[in-house]
Amino acid sequence: MSIIYEKSIPNRQGVRLPACDVPVSGSIPKEYRRSNEAELCELSEVDVIRHFTALSRKNYGVDTNFYPLGSCTMKYNPKFTEKLAALDGFASLHPLLPQLRHGGLLTQGALAVCYKLERVLSEICGMDEFTLQPMAGAHGELTAMMLIAAYHNKKGNKKSEVLIPDEAHGTNPSSAAIAGYSVKPVPTNPENGALDVEALKSMVNEKTAALMLTNPNTLGIFNSDIHKIADIVHKVDAQLYYDGANLNAVLGKFRPGDSDFDAIHVNLHKTFATPHGGGGPGAGPVGVKEHLIPFLPISRVVKRDDGTYALNYKYPDSIGYIAPFYGNFSVCLKAYAYILLLGKEGLTEVSENAVLNANYLLHSLKEHYDVPCMRTCMHECVLSAQKQAEKGVRALDVAKALIDRGFHPPTVYFPLIVKEALMIEPTETESKETLDAFVEAMKEIAKLSETDPESLQQSPETTPVSRLDEARAAKMMDLVYTKPE
Amino acid sequence: MTPDDRKYAESHEWIKVDGDVVVVGISDHAQESLGDITFVELPEVGAEVTKGSDCCVIESVKAASDIYAPLSGTIAEVNSELDATPELINQSPYDEGWMFKIKGFDAAELETLLDAAGYSSFLENN
Amino acid sequence: MGYIANTEQQQREMLKTCNASSIDELFNDIPNSLKPKSFDIPAGKSEFEVCTLIQNMASQNYSHLTNFIGGGFYDHFIPSAIDALISRSEFYTAYTPYQPELSQGTLQAIYEYQTDIARLADMEVSNASLYDGGTALYEACQMAISTNRRNRIVMDGGVNPIYKKMLYSYTSNLSIDFCEVSVSHGQSDRQKLFYSLDEKTSAVVLQNPNFFGVIDDHSDIVEKCHSMGILVIQSTYPIALGLIKTPGEIGVDIATGEGQSLGIPLSFGGPYLGFMATNKKLVRKMPGRIVGKTLDNKGREGFVLTLQAREQHIRREKATSNICTNQALCALRAHIYLSLLGKKGLTQTAQLCLDKATYAKKRIKEIPGVDVMESSPTFNEFTISLPLDAGEFAGMMIDRGFAAGFPLGRYYEGMENYLLVAVTEKRTKHEIGHFAEAMEEALCQ
Repeated sequence: MSIIYEKSIPNRQGVRLPACDVPVSGSIPKEYRRSNEAELCELSEVDVIRHFTALSRKNYGVDTNFYPLGSCTMKYNPKFTEKLAALDGFASLHPLLPQLRHGGLLTQGALAVCYKLERVLSEICGMDEFTLQPMAGAHGELTAMMLIAAYHNKKGNKKSEVLIPDEAHGTNPSSAAIAGYSVKPVPTNPENGALDVEALKSMVNEKTAALMLTNPNTLGIFNSDIHKIADIVHKVDAQLYYDGANLNAVLGKFRPGDSDFDAIHVNLHKTFATPHGGGGPGAGPVGVKEHLIPFLPISRVVKRDDGTYALNYKYPDSIGYIAPFYGNFSVCLKAYAYILLLGKEGLTEVSENAVLNANYLLHSLKEHYDVPCMRTCMHECVLSAQKQAEKGVRALDVAKALIDRGFHPPTVYFPLIVKEALMIEPTETESKETLDAFVEAMKEIAKLSETDPESLQQSPETTPVSRLDEARAAKMMDLVYTKPE
Repeated sequence: MTPDDRKYAESHEWIKVDGDVVVVGISDHAQESLGDITFVELPEVGAEVTKGSDCCVIESVKAASDIYAPLSGTIAEVNSELDATPELINQSPYDEGWMFKIKGFDAAELETLLDAAGYSSFLENN
Repeated sequence: MGYIANTEQQQREMLKTCNASSIDELFNDIPNSLKPKSFDIPAGKSEFEVCTLIQNMASQNYSHLTNFIGGGFYDHFIPSAIDALISRSEFYTAYTPYQPELSQGTLQAIYEYQTDIARLADMEVSNASLYDGGTALYEACQMAISTNRRNRIVMDGGVNPIYKKMLYSYTSNLSIDFCEVSVSHGQSDRQKLFYSLDEKTSAVVLQNPNFFGVIDDHSDIVEKCHSMGILVIQSTYPIALGLIKTPGEIGVDIATGEGQSLGIPLSFGGPYLGFMATNKKLVRKMPGRIVGKTLDNKGREGFVLTLQAREQHIRREKATSNICTNQALCALRAHIYLSLLGKKGLTQTAQLCLDKATYAKKRIKEIPGVDVMESSPTFNEFTISLPLDAGEFAGMMIDRGFAAGFPLGRYYEGMENYLLVAVTEKRTKHEIGHFAEAMEEALCQ
């Protein structure tokens, strides 16, 4: 389909602007003016609507069908939260308003949302305090690492290393590096798929600043040795960090704060159902225990004795500003509304059904695909297409064949420690019928890999484009449209 | 086939002596595991390199990998053909896909490297 | 309850497949010692009840004030077509386009967005967006440092103070030195700036229009910096780019900015949109996602995420950036906005802002005791001096229905009587007139 610029017709315009109603005309001295108008496309509103409607039809979202992308928690996004975020009282609210003197009083509703969400997240995770400022999961990780660095600096601890399990999310190491630490990978115990505690013990020393842990981990396995791990880590005053990417597995079942985690980030766009937006915006609030509170980014929302809310900047040990304002506010608002609607029972049911759905898939597929670690999984299960790969059908081919059968593929080739990994996260919002249909498709693909592997290597054939040449993209670097000569 | 006219490093570079310089590239195994190579960031001519330090980067569709200097010395020449056609490394890893030349190296350091047979068995065991 | 479909009957069938007798059994890996010590969350509510509750909270916010606050975040008109298109759930319920065959909509939109940004800034390439203007500026500094391997950043005093604070936080654990040069008559102070450059300087960070609304021609600074191997980073305001000299025209190496003004609501601080554009020779150092055009195995054109090898999931601890998302939906908003406005509409919007700001200046100047800082040209935002504390004054204006501007004393010592006033195309002659009258009245009190 054409690029929008190819549809441009000179002098068309999609928006009618008001006529100038002031009796003066401003001018910019010539040396400060741009020499030519920006060559933006020129289209009518109808042209624009049709173009983007056509583009949307080349996309696949949770509303299209099953989206079992492991580690991404692609659950259904409720619609009422979109309506609330668009309310004029929030959408038109200028973020500098509360920074005017007594300005907090002008934004009580918005500050209340922030304060109350921080409180409820603290209760859900068992932490003492939260900041909503981090604008994505990776940003939350980075913030937490900065908090930990500030803690060690304040105490005069000489720390230089962060330990990270070999199955960890790819952003963990870079977050630690930007906080000024070098990274050491900790092996996974192949027997139970959880962190190798003995190896950890031998690696932890005075230089250890923190251990970054995901629980359940990326293999979908819950680590019940947390207390033991926490003791090892805390013995040298290192901090235990919880990557909340997989929190959807344990709502109401396990609170990181109860088991000695010092800092945590949660992904509102995963666990708390805010839309992923095609890759953002998300939000990655960070929760901490009491000893890390002084280092939280400013500003912080406080509740005063008279019951009103205000912003407070007076925290001398704070790591400072990590966002321009108070985080991705409208994302936070949607998550807050979702939590209010679900309540205590609803949140617990989320994890119960997410775990049931994942185990149901695991048991329905275990005869057909290799299972690197056969035990009860949490909210996601990891299979391997190694059996199929021997016939020439790799994990990528399975993924593409699923597309032709109407499904979004699971995450493939992650975690890195599993060969031909297929990481499947069904989430709680999928029905048994949907899961059954997916299982049938997976079984059919497994069967075809025995009888007709070539047919799978051609997939997908039902999409607007088939497999794309990534090497060509990286070499040609066609990153912006240019009019053909 | 692993050519036996040169030495190898465990980090998968090959090193071939050519008069008073050594030529450096990456092994067939390395290019195979990197996949389609899309870009090579070569060192600057005249730059001092020390054995084991990263001195250039190869990007493929799958990965960005550091290439380590197998010997200490000075960069004498780089293969500027790779700027436009990085795929030469995939097509001809041992010949046209060479990456850079080092001069002023210590010949004794050559002895610490693997020969073709040694490299082949290193690959088998890993 | 909630959004769960399965009935109890279905759950029982599924448990049977799992060889489990109850859901609790599936959680056996969590020992009793790890069970929550508390989970004190209120009971769930109906959608209707939650909406009422949140609508009440919304109504406590003073969003009805006539807005003259900017500070880098502006109250521009948002065409309805944006919300209509953005609410197509094929866009907003999708994730990062890892499976390009299922994501050509998002991917093509980002490619077109990259084109918009490149053309707006007159730069060669753009990435798929970053979190916000502040993180974009930090990433630009990191990019400069990894390009020329120097570690000192010289920052012009006109850079948004919020961004400065962000830069200091992010670099506090890294060995990067900062030097800040205050402005002179509102513009970059050439003499002091040039004096501060040395062979360790990696980049100079500028902003145009700067925080005080002043526009500048930074060509001479770019020339000087380039002669010393120093990169120039310029943060800019996309609506102003409809009229002012572009980063590309003056040879800036990395252009960044806050894209909120391109059809994104103020929403109390986010989500916003950081944009970044650069030249081809620096593209491999550019952080974040990038979309490129390519061909499929049948020769059809299509789009993919490209240059991903630079990213953190591959480079891991060697990655210099840990940003793994873009703000896709915000970038889509900006792209739809620019497509609706088009070439002429953007220029018109910028001109309207300038006209109205010029008129507001004229009206405000007539008020006794108030002075407009006019030693340098401005775009749609300008500084005024008041005979009293600007914070106190702003409070008096709230009572009259106006968010009068941003008191500069909050970030600049000694500027307690100065107010930063922004005027967008949304402000009418009538509103500006009332604003001036209210100011006059407030000052007479």
